Amino acid sequence: MKNAADSDRGNWKLVVFGILGVAVLAMASMAIGKYSVPPSAILRVLFAGLTGGQPDVDPIQQTVIWNVRLPRVIAGLLIGAALAAAGATYQGLFRNPLVSPDILGVSAGASLGAVLAIFLKMPVPVIQLMSFCGGLLAVAAVYGVGTAVRGRDPVLTLVLAGVAIGAIVGAGISLVKILADPYDQLPAITYWLLGSLTAVTRADVGSILPAIVIGLLPLAALRWRMNVMTLGDEEAQTLGVDTRLTRLALIFGATLITAASVSIAGIVGWVGLVIPHVARLLVGPDFRRLLPAALLLGGGYMLIVDTLARSVALTEIPLGILTAVVGAPFFLWLLAYGKRGWS
Amino acid sequence: MLELRDLAFGYGTSRVGTGVSLTLRPGEVLALLGPNGAGKTTLFKTMLGLLAPLGGEVLLDAAPLETLDRKERARRIAYVPQAHAALFPFTVRDVVLMGRAVQVAPFSAPGRNDREVAAAALERLGMAHLSDRPYTEISGGERQMTLIARALAQQPKVLVMDEPTASLDYGNQMRVLGHVRRLAREGMAVVLSTHNPDHVFMVADRVAMLHEGRLAGLGPPADVLTVERVKQLYNIDVVMGVLPGGSSKVCSPRLGPGD
Repeated sequence: MKNAADSDRGNWKLVVFGILGVAVLAMASMAIGKYSVPPSAILRVLFAGLTGGQPDVDPIQQTVIWNVRLPRVIAGLLIGAALAAAGATYQGLFRNPLVSPDILGVSAGASLGAVLAIFLKMPVPVIQLMSFCGGLLAVAAVYGVGTAVRGRDPVLTLVLAGVAIGAIVGAGISLVKILADPYDQLPAITYWLLGSLTAVTRADVGSILPAIVIGLLPLAALRWRMNVMTLGDEEAQTLGVDTRLTRLALIFGATLITAASVSIAGIVGWVGLVIPHVARLLVGPDFRRLLPAALLLGGGYMLIVDTLARSVALTEIPLGILTAVVGAPFFLWLLAYGKRGWS
Repeated sequence: MLELRDLAFGYGTSRVGTGVSLTLRPGEVLALLGPNGAGKTTLFKTMLGLLAPLGGEVLLDAAPLETLDRKERARRIAYVPQAHAALFPFTVRDVVLMGRAVQVAPFSAPGRNDREVAAAALERLGMAHLSDRPYTEISGGERQMTLIARALAQQPKVLVMDEPTASLDYGNQMRVLGHVRRLAREGMAVVLSTHNPDHVFMVADRVAMLHEGRLAGLGPPADVLTVERVKQLYNIDVVMGVLPGGSSKVCSPRLGPGD
């Protein structure tokens, strides 16, 4: 058996390997598309963009890479990484491997915000803002109810409050869909609910980056405390952990990054559910390794899915459809054969 | 060390037990015997500070429990839950390391000293060879030992063990009880709950019997754990005695013709 120092060194190798893998995927994703761009040109565009110079390439190539594909690749990386990290956090916190980042209603709340904004004919930035706020509000409501109920297992209470408030918010979404203009607004709503990175701009990336960084901070800082939290509330308390505060910080972080992701990409299901399992299979349950693994795998996975979404068919396939088609069978396989992820 | 004074305990407004007074001394094993629903678990939760007393008080080193913060409590009193099925396959070493949580700053991770304490706790219980095994893949007895090691890693003065022999096979029950005895000899104060009078005779210096939320008897098992008491607690007729060659009293049920 390896000792701790050896496995630490192994971790660094894995992280470097993972980053390289994701970088290769990012290059491939920028090269592939209706207008294919050779890797040398991509590198020149990126270098020029970072140093502020003029690249020695076809201006169309420059526009495609710098204004379209680069923001999209970065957004995909961020969203995949964020959803996977949030999923890993919630699965540990709620001690349930079937939990996904929307367990506390963040996706439902974000959907209602976005759907309402589409219904009210708001511009795109307002749709994003309302979605973001809707997600946070929904989780705040769930958390409020969950902590107001005393004398019960706080974790179970939160989950059940999430189910109930999710249902109420879902009713709101259905109502807006019924009221929406079926030719103009309903397709937009449906498309949003299936998730897409089609319209992502550099400004979008800039607007969610702070939220994702702030949200990841508590997850990274509490990386070992997270392990103790998987023991459940009472055991963690007897070990001297302030479970209420720790849980609040972790939920805050996971909710913030999920809400930020959903606000620009819509509902992209399955990533936050499946990727943490893959990460756990690869590096084990220790959150100190699980978090970086989930970030890298989630980002890489989202790049692959998004590249497929925009290149396999003539029209773009919504992300939610692809992630479900790829994710659900994989999850079934895991259910049948994967024994190490959980028991 | 740990003292209960006229303690009333329960959840919220519903009172489960009342009038419980007892003192736990260093190096002593106190067994808590009582039927299901007698309030053993609720009493433990109150001793651990997970539930606030509904009346009376819990004193830890002469200080009321609620005046000590969560960390102070965790440094002095450790809880050993029943061996449970863990969800995630942490290694035995990692599970024991979690006993160091109170010593590890929130934004930090266990250091060399914590790893040494955890390794020593495993060594002390003869569990070192299992350090790298996933907790999900070891036996029930080994899990119980792992949880005891985790409690030892807290370096407490008091161990509170919730039915440490439940759901273990016969051999593991005896091994766990043997370790409990040894820990007490080394100065640890242990309070454990059990359903088995034999275990009380084997391991306990004193027994506290809980019946319908009240203390039905407290003292050395040989004096207070009688045939009549077992009948009162469990409504079962038993005979008691030391078998030839045995070291402690055993309790044997007499099933009537209708049973």
